[in-house]
Amino acid sequence: MFLALRELAFARTRFGLMGAVVALISVLTVLLSGLASGLVVDGVSGLLRSPVQAMAFEEGTKTDSAFTRSEVTAVQRDAWQGQADVADAELLGTAIVNAKNDDGTPLDLTLFGVEPQGFVMPAAAEGRAVTAEGEALLSVSAKDEGVEVGDVVTLDRLGTQLTVVGFTEDQRTFGHVDIAFVPLRTWQEVHAGLTPGETADPEVYDVGSVVALRGVDGAPDLAAGDAAAGTSARSIEAAFDSSPGYTAELMTMQLIQIFLYGISALVVGAFFTLWTVQRTRELAVMRAIGASTRFLLTDGVLQAAVLLVGSVAVGTGIGAGLGAMLEGTQMPFVLQGQPVLTGALLLVGLGLAGAAVATGRISSVDPVTALGENR
Amino acid sequence: MTTPARTDRATGTATTTVDPAAERQGLTLRDVVLTFGDGDDQVAALDHVDLDVAPGELVAVVGPSGAGKSSLLAVAGGLTRPTSGSVRVAGTELVGLSSRALATFRRDNVGFVFQSGNLVPALTAIDQLRLVEKITGRRAATAPLALLDAVGMAEHADRRPARLSGGERQRVGIARALVASPSVLLVDEPTAALDRRRSHEIVELLARETHQFGVATVMVTHDHDVLTHCDRVVEMTDGRLAPVQS
Repeated sequence: MFLALRELAFARTRFGLMGAVVALISVLTVLLSGLASGLVVDGVSGLLRSPVQAMAFEEGTKTDSAFTRSEVTAVQRDAWQGQADVADAELLGTAIVNAKNDDGTPLDLTLFGVEPQGFVMPAAAEGRAVTAEGEALLSVSAKDEGVEVGDVVTLDRLGTQLTVVGFTEDQRTFGHVDIAFVPLRTWQEVHAGLTPGETADPEVYDVGSVVALRGVDGAPDLAAGDAAAGTSARSIEAAFDSSPGYTAELMTMQLIQIFLYGISALVVGAFFTLWTVQRTRELAVMRAIGASTRFLLTDGVLQAAVLLVGSVAVGTGIGAGLGAMLEGTQMPFVLQGQPVLTGALLLVGLGLAGAAVATGRISSVDPVTALGENR
Repeated sequence: MTTPARTDRATGTATTTVDPAAERQGLTLRDVVLTFGDGDDQVAALDHVDLDVAPGELVAVVGPSGAGKSSLLAVAGGLTRPTSGSVRVAGTELVGLSSRALATFRRDNVGFVFQSGNLVPALTAIDQLRLVEKITGRRAATAPLALLDAVGMAEHADRRPARLSGGERQRVGIARALVASPSVLLVDEPTAALDRRRSHEIVELLARETHQFGVATVMVTHDHDVLTHCDRVVEMTDGRLAPVQS
C-alpha cells in the first residue's frame, strides 16, 4: 500500500476522473436495482404479499400469462384440499378490467376473486372487510387514483358495480394494476360476462383461474397434488413468471445491469492498462532494484481496490439518496438493501477482476529496459 | 585485472573503507559471452569479457554507443543471463539462479543508479529510499534521511522528482541505490543530462560513497571529463573490454 496510496494522492486528477466514472456507474446500478425491485413489487406484490405458497393452474397452460389463460374447477380444488399436506386450497379468479369511478375517472383494476372468509383475502387496514357480493377491498395504492371508501366503481362493458369498502395495509398490485379483492362469486359472474340482474348457470360458480394453496408444514407436494387434481402447480415464486410482462421486464432490467457490470469491468481494466503502460519505465526500475512481481501486483490490485471501494461507496450513497427521493413517486421504485449491496459488491469484484487482468502486464515488464538507451 | 583501489584520483588522497567491505568480494566476470540473434544475424554484445571490481573500487567503463556497456551492466546486475561465462557478485554465482532468486539477490546485493535518476514520480526524495525498505522488507543499515544527508539532499527530502534538478535527482538516485547496503553498485550514464560542473559533483559523490560504503562500483559513461574521479577505467569496443592507461 506504500506506493499505491502515494500514487493515488499524486495522480489524484486521473484517479478522481476514474473514480467519478465508477461512482456514476454505481449510481446507475442502484437506480436500476431500485427500478427492478419496484417492477417486481408493482408486477406481483399481490402474490408476493399473500400467504399463498403455490398455485395450481389448468393442466397444460403455457407459463406466459397463465393466470388469464388458466381455468380450474371446484372439483380440482377439492382434490387439492384432499391432500394430506394441504392446509388450504381455494379457487382464485383473476381478471384485469377497465372501470370508472363515481366521477367518471377511468380506473384499471385487477379483480382477485377470493372467498371473503378465506385465507387469501387480506385484512382491511382502512374501512372494513368484504362481506357481501358487489363489495371490493382495494390496494392502498389505488388511493393515489383518487378512490375513497364508499366509492362505487363501475366496470366497463358489463356495468357491474363494486362498492369500495376498504383498503389493504400495503401495495397489492398485479401486472402493474391495483388489485380489487372481490368475492369469488362476483368475479365468477364477471368472468362469465354476466350483466347485473342476468341469471347465471350453476356451473358459472364452479370455476376459478387457479387453485391457491397453502401447506400444512411448508409447501405441499405439488407433483402428488397435480396427479390427484389434474393440474399444473407451481410454487408462488415460479408463478410470478406467469404474471403479465413480469419475465420480459425483469430480463430487460437484468440485461441492462449485466451490461453495466461488464462496462464497469472493461472501463476499470482499460484505465489500469493505460496506467500500467504509463508506468512501464518506473516498473522496470523497481523490478531492477529487486521488487518482486508479487510486490508490484499486490500494490497495483490494492490501489484498484481502494479506488473501487471508495468510488462505489460514494456512488451507492448518491444512488440511495436519489432513490429515496424516487420512492413514493409514480415511478415503480423500491430500494432494497440486499440487491443494492449485491450490485455494489459485484461492481467492486468485477472491477477488481478487470484491474487484476490489466496489472498482470506488470509481470511482463523487463527490468533491463531501465538501463541504457532502451528506456 | 583486479585492482584494489582506494585512491581518489581527483584529490590524490587515499581513502579508507568501512569494515564490512573487507568481507565482501566485489564483482567478478569470467569469460562472459552474451549474444543476440541466430546464424548470420548473431551479434556478440559481450565477447569473452573478464572483469574484477574490488569492494571500494570505482571502475569506469567507456566506449562508443552500441559497444555493449549497458549489456555489461545488465549481466553484472543479474538482469540478463549471459550466453556463457561466470558472473559472481559478493561470492555468489548468478548464472543458474532462477528469475525469482535473481530478483531476491538483486534486491539484497545490487544497487542501480540509472540515467536521470529514474525516480518514481509519485514519491518524495525520502520516500524513494523508503520504497527500497518496503521492497527489501527490512530497515536500511543507514537511515534514509542520513543517506540523503550524505548526498547533500536532506533539505529536499520532501520534494518530488519534478521539483528537483537533474543533479539533485541523481543524488537521490545514488542514495536510493545505497539503501540496501549493496555489495555492487552499477551506474548507468549518471551524467548524461548534467552540465560539466554537476557531472563532476555527481561522479565525485559516487567515488566518495563507493569508498565510504566499500561497494564495488561499475560506472558506464560517455563523459571522459569525469574519469579523473575513478579508480580505474576500462574501454569497451565491440563487446570486448580493454584497460585504459591513465
